[in-house]
Amino acid sequence: MAPEMLPAGPAQPAPVRRHGSSILNAARRWPQSHPRRFLGLAALAWAAAYRALIPISEALVAALPVDRASHLGGSLQFFLYDTPKVLLLLTGIVFVMGMVNSYFTPERTRALLAGRTEGVANVMAASLGIVTPFCSCSAVPLFIGFVQAGVPLGVTFSFLISAPMVNEVALTLLFSLFGWRIALLYMGLGLSVAIVAGWIIGRLRMEGSLEDWVRNMPSVEARVGDDALTLAERIEAGFAAVREIVGKVWPYILVGIAIGAAIHGYVPEAFMASIMGREAWWSVPLAVLVGVPMYSNAAGVIPIVQALLAKGAALGTVLAFMMSVIALSLPEIVILRKILKPRLIATFVAVVASGILLVGYVFNAVL
Amino acid sequence: MKNVKVLGAGCANCRNTVKLIETIAAEKSAVIELEKVEDMQKIMGYGILSTPGVVIDGQVVHAGGVPSRQKVEAWF
Repeated sequence: MAPEMLPAGPAQPAPVRRHGSSILNAARRWPQSHPRRFLGLAALAWAAAYRALIPISEALVAALPVDRASHLGGSLQFFLYDTPKVLLLLTGIVFVMGMVNSYFTPERTRALLAGRTEGVANVMAASLGIVTPFCSCSAVPLFIGFVQAGVPLGVTFSFLISAPMVNEVALTLLFSLFGWRIALLYMGLGLSVAIVAGWIIGRLRMEGSLEDWVRNMPSVEARVGDDALTLAERIEAGFAAVREIVGKVWPYILVGIAIGAAIHGYVPEAFMASIMGREAWWSVPLAVLVGVPMYSNAAGVIPIVQALLAKGAALGTVLAFMMSVIALSLPEIVILRKILKPRLIATFVAVVASGILLVGYVFNAVL
Repeated sequence: MKNVKVLGAGCANCRNTVKLIETIAAEKSAVIELEKVEDMQKIMGYGILSTPGVVIDGQVVHAGGVPSRQKVEAWF
C-alpha cells in the first residue's frame, strides 16, 4: 500500500470555487492524501486536548462569578469537565472503531463463523459482535444471511444478542462516567449472557421454529467480499462513524452529565436505596420487566443510569436495567417475528431475560 | 433510464438513502425510476447482509449504511 498516494476512485468533480474555499478544500482532503501523517497528528492533538481538560475547566469556573467551593461551583466544574471529556473520549473511540469496523464487515464475520460447531463458535460470535458494525434495522437480513450460510442457530443468536448490547458506545460511556471496572464488568457480563443464551438456544434444537420461508431459502456459500480498502478509505469510514454516532448521541450525553452534575453538587438523600437498593430482592426482576419493553440505544439510557446510581440504587440492578433496555425491545421482537415462530421468540426473550436477571443478582451479591 | 431499488424495511438510514439518491439524480438530471423494496423476503433475495442496500438495473451496488455522496454521484 502506498499511503502517500491519492485513493483510487472517481475524481472529485470540480465545482466552481471561490478563492477562500479552495484552502478549506485542501484541508479537507489532507487526511485523504496523507493518511499516516494525519493519524499521527490527530492522535497527538487528541492527547493534548485530553490533558488540558482539567486546567481549562477549572479556569472556566474561576472566570465565572460563582464560588468554586459552593454546590453550584462544584456542579459547574463537574459539568464543564465531564462534558468535553466524555465527548472527546467518545469521538476518539468511535473514530478508531469506525476504522476497525471496516475490517470486520458482516460478510467477513459470517465467513469466520460459517460451518463451525457450537461452543467455541458462541464465544467467537459474541466477541465479533463487539467489533462488527450493527444496526438493529439490519437484524433480520443479518440473521437470515448467517443461517443461510450454515452458521448454527445458537451461534447466530450469540451474535445477535451481543452486537447491540456490548458495543463501543456503551463501553466508552460507562468507562468515562463510572470508571473502567464497571465498563469491564459490563463487557464481561454482557458477553457471558450472549454466549450462554446462544448456547442454550442452540441446545434446544429449535431450527424448526424458524418461519418456513426462511428455512426454504437456498443456502449460500459464505464469502468475503473484496474489501481491500486503503488506509485513506478507512479514515473516511472513521469520520463517517463519528458523524453518524456522535452526531446522534451527544444530546443524551449532555442530559446525562447535567443530571450527574446536579446530583454531584447537591447530593440528595439516597431515597432510591430503599426501592432499588440491594436489600430489595424484587428490584432486579422489576428493573428487567420495566427495561424490556423500553427501546433505546446505550446513550439514551445513560442519563437514567446516572440518576439511579447516584441516588443509591444497587449497581447490579441498574446494569440489569441497562442491559434489558438495550438487548431486548418490543420493536426488535416485532421485527424478529417475521422470521421466527412465536415459540422461538418466547424462548429467546425468556433465556436472555433470565441471563440478565442472574447478572443483576450476582452483581448485587458480590459487590 | 436506470431502475434504482433501495432495499430496507423503513429505517431512518433507508429513508436517508432514498432522499440522497433523489437529490443527486435531480442534480445530475439523470432520469431514474426509484423503487423502495420493503418486503423482507424480496430483500433477502438479493443476498445482502445489511440494509439499506441499493440495486441498479438488477445489480447490487451497495449494502450497509447510507452510501457516501461520491459513491452515489458515480452511479449516475
